[in-house]
Amino acid sequence: MDKKKPKKVFVQGAILPEKIANSVANHQSKTNIGAHSIFLGQIRADEVEGKTVTAIDYTAYEEMAEKVFHEIREAAFAKFDITCAHIYHSLGKVNVGELCLFVFTSSAHRKIAIEATNFFVEEIKAKVPVFGKEIFEDETHQWKVNK
Amino acid sequence: MKVTVKYFGLVAEAAEKSEEVLDLNGVFTASELKAQCLIGLAIADKDSVQIAVNQNLDDKITIKDGDEVALLPPFAGG
Repeated sequence: MDKKKPKKVFVQGAILPEKIANSVANHQSKTNIGAHSIFLGQIRADEVEGKTVTAIDYTAYEEMAEKVFHEIREAAFAKFDITCAHIYHSLGKVNVGELCLFVFTSSAHRKIAIEATNFFVEEIKAKVPVFGKEIFEDETHQWKVNK
Repeated sequence: MKVTVKYFGLVAEAAEKSEEVLDLNGVFTASELKAQCLIGLAIADKDSVQIAVNQNLDDKITIKDGDEVALLPPFAGG
């Protein structure tokens, strides 16, 4: 049930640290799990030509993005023996130091969870139509491109 | 035929709009429609813009009446 249901991935604004703690707490009753793997993406204060990034404003082609997130989930469950997986991604403005991506996978054993989390992160960065406007302290901006 | 075109990120910024409905005559591939939509827009690397037709990335497909097309700049999730 956990693996088939399409879930809403996008959250407005930054992902709060409390959400990570609560997610861990929610899995303590699932005693077949032996390992969780968590990836947290945080907004970095990049310097570009003497200007510093203060925030990223995320937009997305939301309908397609939710579809692609779901396809990545399906692929991950087919590829890895994970018990559950959760993804949250920010939309809107996220300030430097705040969290914009939370990937959380669980498995009986650590290697599978770690590999699955890595798979999710790489797939999300490559395939999901999310766009990031990097805002500098003087209110100018540039568009982020994933490397 | 009527086609809805959605613009995102730097493409929306350059086009100064996020969506429009085009009334097209003739046969276009997605790639041809993309080139048409990007004419005159100040975008440094137009090859980096991808086109999705009904949420699928496929620039060879032939555009049909009622399609939803999206012009997508490089992805920046995460």
